[in-house]
Amino acid sequence: MNAVPAESPRSSLKILQRPKAETGLWSWITTTDHKKIGVMYFLATMVFFVIAGVEALLLRIQLAVPENDFLSPDVYNQLYTMHGITMVFFVGIPLGASFFNYIMPLQIGARDVAFPRLNAFSFWVFCAAGIFMYSGVLLGGLPNGGWFNYAPLSTTVGPDVSGYTVGGGSAELGTQVHMGRMLLYSIGLQIAGIATLASAINFIVTILNLRAPGMTLMRMPIFVWMTLVVAFLLLFAIPVIGIALWQLMFDVRFGANFFNPAAGGDPVLWQHMFWLFGHPEVYILILPAFGIISEIIPTFSRKPIFGYTAMVFAGVAIGFLGWGVWAHHMFAVGMGPVANTAFALTTMFIAVPTGVKIFNWIGTMWGGKLRLTTAMLFAVGAVAMFTIGGLSGVTHSVVPSNYQQTDSYYVVAHFHYVLFGGLVFGALGGVYYWYPKVTGRLMNETLGRTNFWTLMLGFNLTFGLMHFVGLWGMPRRIDTYAAGFGWDLLNLIITVGAFIIAGSVLLLIINMASSLRRGQIAGDDPWDARTIEWMTSSPPAHYNFKEVPQISARDELWHRKHAVSEQGDYVRVPAGGAGTVVIHDPDTDIHMPDPSFYPALAAVGMPIMGWALFTSGTGMIVLLAVGCVITVGALFAWAFEPMAEEGH
Amino acid sequence: MITASRSEAAGHRSAARRRWAAWTVLLGLLMAGCGTRELPQSALNPAGPVARAQDELWDLVFWIAVGVFILVQGLILFAVFRFRDRGGDEIPKQVAGNTKLELMWTIIPALILVGIAVPTVQTIFELAQEPGEEALDVRVIGKQYWWGFEYLDEDQQGVITANELHIPTGRPVFLRMQALSATQPDPGFDAAPEIGQGVSNGVIHSFWVPRLAGKQDVVPGHTRTLTIQADEPGLYPGQCAEFCGLSHARMRFDVIAHEPAEFDQWIADQAEPAEAAEDGLAAEGEELFQSQQCIACHAIDGYEAAAGTAAEVRIGPNLTHFASRRTFAGGVFDVNDEAQLKAWLANPQAVKAGSQMPNLGLTDDQIDALTAYLYTLE
Repeated sequence: MNAVPAESPRSSLKILQRPKAETGLWSWITTTDHKKIGVMYFLATMVFFVIAGVEALLLRIQLAVPENDFLSPDVYNQLYTMHGITMVFFVGIPLGASFFNYIMPLQIGARDVAFPRLNAFSFWVFCAAGIFMYSGVLLGGLPNGGWFNYAPLSTTVGPDVSGYTVGGGSAELGTQVHMGRMLLYSIGLQIAGIATLASAINFIVTILNLRAPGMTLMRMPIFVWMTLVVAFLLLFAIPVIGIALWQLMFDVRFGANFFNPAAGGDPVLWQHMFWLFGHPEVYILILPAFGIISEIIPTFSRKPIFGYTAMVFAGVAIGFLGWGVWAHHMFAVGMGPVANTAFALTTMFIAVPTGVKIFNWIGTMWGGKLRLTTAMLFAVGAVAMFTIGGLSGVTHSVVPSNYQQTDSYYVVAHFHYVLFGGLVFGALGGVYYWYPKVTGRLMNETLGRTNFWTLMLGFNLTFGLMHFVGLWGMPRRIDTYAAGFGWDLLNLIITVGAFIIAGSVLLLIINMASSLRRGQIAGDDPWDARTIEWMTSSPPAHYNFKEVPQISARDELWHRKHAVSEQGDYVRVPAGGAGTVVIHDPDTDIHMPDPSFYPALAAVGMPIMGWALFTSGTGMIVLLAVGCVITVGALFAWAFEPMAEEGH
Repeated sequence: MITASRSEAAGHRSAARRRWAAWTVLLGLLMAGCGTRELPQSALNPAGPVARAQDELWDLVFWIAVGVFILVQGLILFAVFRFRDRGGDEIPKQVAGNTKLELMWTIIPALILVGIAVPTVQTIFELAQEPGEEALDVRVIGKQYWWGFEYLDEDQQGVITANELHIPTGRPVFLRMQALSATQPDPGFDAAPEIGQGVSNGVIHSFWVPRLAGKQDVVPGHTRTLTIQADEPGLYPGQCAEFCGLSHARMRFDVIAHEPAEFDQWIADQAEPAEAAEDGLAAEGEELFQSQQCIACHAIDGYEAAAGTAAEVRIGPNLTHFASRRTFAGGVFDVNDEAQLKAWLANPQAVKAGSQMPNLGLTDDQIDALTAYLYTLE
């Protein structure tokens, strides 16, 4: 079947046309350019980031004072659940994907990713998953079992068996509401998982196959290495949660009993499967930030990364060890002393490669010439804040002490230091660092510094104090608390801190928006950087490099800008290098992937199939059929669409 | 010195000053918080040997973490101030690494972690040991959204409370914990449904009294155990620590520790059956308890129903000594708050979301009578 000659203008499937729009909405919907897809990933991520942030603010208003009734328990539970789901699956993962998409091909000297249409497909499926998940607003409520969604609360029992509160007094109606919310969770995350798996494969193939000549694996920038590690983690972790979600969906919708103790299932099985995915997921979220930090610190220290090999292997080691620590989320479940000991030891020792990274970043700064730009402030801030999260992580590994900490606000403090302090600070460093490459203009540094310091203040007020309320006995996931436990004042300050964070994020958005027009023109290499994405224009042409550079060293660009003097010192030489000699007319001689309608169309069918499970009988069959026809039809057209005609 | 732009340096100094000011205010607030407030549910304020063993490990790791924190943040701050770009075009030495240093900061943290691992593993196994014969045996029942406590020792059988666990000081208390369905009768400790018996048994809860012990999850289909012990008489609040649904926040309980003699007296009092109501209103309430179907879920030892049957269904809390308790409805309302009790009887979900006690549509007069009766159950 695949013998249809793509070059043949008389193809029997001539009905399928490549899109022609080069500007406007359709050019974005049909694009296969990794840079445009990266930008779309980033913008979608920002939308979800704001949604999750508003959810967090609502939660904090509710918890600002004891016995508050600003939110009902039902709404509170939906909001805290969606805050977690959104931040992990619709901010954390796609934020990594946006940086991987835009930066990684540039850093390895590729013209695009290996499978450009699959890349577009990943993005649109991710959007479809987000829309599906939030469609609960119109369908009887959002998921409310926590992002961890423990069975049997998420399956057979539910939060209100009799339906007195959520079912208006009817147990049947209550069950229906519960089922709908759990379907959103299980199907929404399965759809998101398809997007993530597809992009993981894409990144792996791209990195392994499309590097510029001379770029050996050990010459790749650390950021590319971290992309590779994360892609492999996703490739193995997503199927685990996929199976668990599939089982959950069957328990909820079709009366299966995977996690139903009454029928011989075991709720602890869900926890093992969830965390077997969930812990690698933590590294999936943090390693991209480690990669970004490892690009920023060398550039602004004017030194190569300290201990490149150790940094690479520490990242890979974290990836491997990350698979052996999952049950440290379950020390209080009652697994017994032997299992608890095993997971305590693995958890402690994952701190070693993490520590190596921190010391190597400090080693990179040591003896350098540090320019404290906003990007550098965020990168160094991320190292400092992540260190605090890492240290509280070591306190968690001490199992008897963990019995006190787990499920308290101390844990909330811990993982926000890791994920907000590490991932968000690191990613914001990446935003300030690569914004000029993406837009051609620099962001405003004064606003940037204000953004950094207010975020630092708000972040530490909010999450720093959570350590204390947690140790003072405040459990997580409670929608209110009584006065008299010593938590009142701190909770009020925490809420104030959350609003300072919100204000700081507003500054960031203003800065990004206003710099788009008013920012200083950046030029190709505004930071005097070290890696090859800074050799091409800002923003890069759609083919990235006129001529793919020949790589002869790590920090290729830096070596092109410097020569060794007779005394053995490095001296600055006039900028030269690739791109100065144009041997092609790039617009006609470089073969670039064509745009396509079908990746986006294929994504459209998926939530429709998901919504089918909310109905029954004929309605269900019709919706399933419609969704299936759209997705399978689009994949078919995708397989057989022709190349665009030359010279259009 | 002033090779960098003057305003930039000044800006940086004032930013640093603002940061220090913020930290000082913060620390002040924290100290005020520690000094003037009681922390009745603090894990850092252990009141028994189990919580103390856990706290001692915390102290060890906390101070090690503080040391590493100071070292790392100190190095970062030093590097940022010492190695700032102060102009000039000399290129810093391009150091690619240092094997000795890198080995050092791999091995030293590993050794520190070994130092933490040894006492950790010892304590894990110590805490996992079941106490000996002298321990008091109590069954803990977790239901959406309240806790039941049943005394299992031979001379204490039949003593069942809700939302408060009374224990003697200086003696280990061995808890056997089971999660049960909120809407199904409790078949008793030995008959509690295990995995695969076809009987729903509720959701996961977690039993947490921070001053006496860390958490233990209570998992449907399994019997989980935990030892607690209190040194001194007193009230030790606790609450559910595993998200269990709409009223997870309203699933609290108290552990009340007595001197041993006092505890024995308490057990003797609790073992007494309820007395029949004497006065008019309470007697009316006693009748309503049956006619309005309270009896379909609640047990009262000694209650004589009109048909000669007993009140012994164990779906909701056992009410035999309701009025002797501090709280009701999952440890969130004061038993002596009559208005609250009436509001609860009038519409349970209005005061506690997701409560599985139905709204019986009682009239005000019925509520007054039932309240009067409940207060006779001392």
